[in-house]
Amino acid sequence: MAGFDKRVGSYEEALAGLEDGMTVLAGGFGLCGIPENLIAEIKRKGVRDLTVVSNNCGVDGFGLGVLLEDRQIRKMIASYVGENALFEKQLLSGELEVELTPQGTLAEKMRAGGAGIPAFFTATGVGTPVAEGKEVREFNGREYLMEPSITGDFAIVKGWKADWYGNVIYRHTAQNFNPLAATAGKITVVEVEEIVAPGELDPTQIHTPGIYVDRLICGTFEKRIEQRTVRA
Amino acid sequence: MALTREQMAQRVARELQDGYYVNLGIGIPTLVANYVPEGMEVMLQSENGLLGMGAFPRADEIDADMINAGKQTVTARTGASIFSSAESFAMIRGGHIDLTVLGAFEVDVHGNIASWMVPGKLVKGMGGAMDLVAGAENIIVTMTHASKDGESKLLGKCTLPLTGAGCIKRVLTDLAYLEIAEGAFVLKERAPGVTVEEIVAKTAGKLVVPEHVPEMQF
Repeated sequence: MAGFDKRVGSYEEALAGLEDGMTVLAGGFGLCGIPENLIAEIKRKGVRDLTVVSNNCGVDGFGLGVLLEDRQIRKMIASYVGENALFEKQLLSGELEVELTPQGTLAEKMRAGGAGIPAFFTATGVGTPVAEGKEVREFNGREYLMEPSITGDFAIVKGWKADWYGNVIYRHTAQNFNPLAATAGKITVVEVEEIVAPGELDPTQIHTPGIYVDRLICGTFEKRIEQRTVRA
Repeated sequence: MALTREQMAQRVARELQDGYYVNLGIGIPTLVANYVPEGMEVMLQSENGLLGMGAFPRADEIDADMINAGKQTVTARTGASIFSSAESFAMIRGGHIDLTVLGAFEVDVHGNIASWMVPGKLVKGMGGAMDLVAGAENIIVTMTHASKDGESKLLGKCTLPLTGAGCIKRVLTDLAYLEIAEGAFVLKERAPGVTVEEIVAKTAGKLVVPEHVPEMQF
């Protein structure tokens, strides 16, 4: 590695330094735009007691769901879970803790975390169980909750194309939480479908500028579809 | 006769206006897209980061990177845009969505809505529902008027944990279209063949019944 070249040679190298008890932010919505191979590497590595921040927790046998198989996740921060029998089992047995967070608040927590903003106020969740224990303040006659932002020891991100300086472009709705997670990791690892030379991507089309990216690797992806719906 | 799911969607579609940006929840709200009036342009927002959701793809168009908030494969219509989850909820929270349609378990006379959690049952999460009800000015809730056992879902006070407080002004059930004002449901329209008496009997919260309650036409 030299200068701005963020490329690493292996998935092992991509997640070097990930240890038990760390917080990992993961991009993806359902199974769309998830860092499949980085998740597989976390499983192979066998680290435990992780706090994982992601909109969902995969399904049985795919996506973040595979980290439940060896009980590697201690706490999950997500907006919607339970596409997943193992998740339900571990939640009910108390092996897994879950902090349900409104989807927009979760996105903003990552965005704010990456942008150096420690907390923000939102009307989302006022008067609901989400408000329990949180500071409420009134602005212009309306009540808002204070929500602390989130950062992670690692962020794992799935992009479409990147140049080796780590400038990333996402494809279609596989963007979702990925650019937010990318900003909020102490170490941000991005896996993409194609790595090109600097200069080949249009600078005005970059979603995640390379400054946020520490490690970059090219992978192949299954891209499993959760709800295959077609018209005649 | 109680309205069918399709009739409920048809009735909600009458609230659409040309040039509206609309977020449709899962279930009956999704069906509203099938009843956009001819010649009217409506842009559907899907909170995973798509403004301008199109039809489901043909089998040869399926793309794993192109899904809606229900995780179904979709297409983008002409003039669509795609963005991050933070941008998506900036639109929602910032009040830029013209109409939000979503389902619920309970609604009460104070405009409270409960739609995400039944204590004692497995809690799957609120997804984007709390952001949607907190951010939108114009919300229509679609739900059945009463449970299968005949228990009213239009209450004086919600019994389930809330999704949002004081944010609902309009409800379409399978029996009636109602508005919420000054601590009461106001009966505005009834489903064809449904009597005011039946609606009164199945509404637990305070209900104001105007002298004339028109029947919906289909």
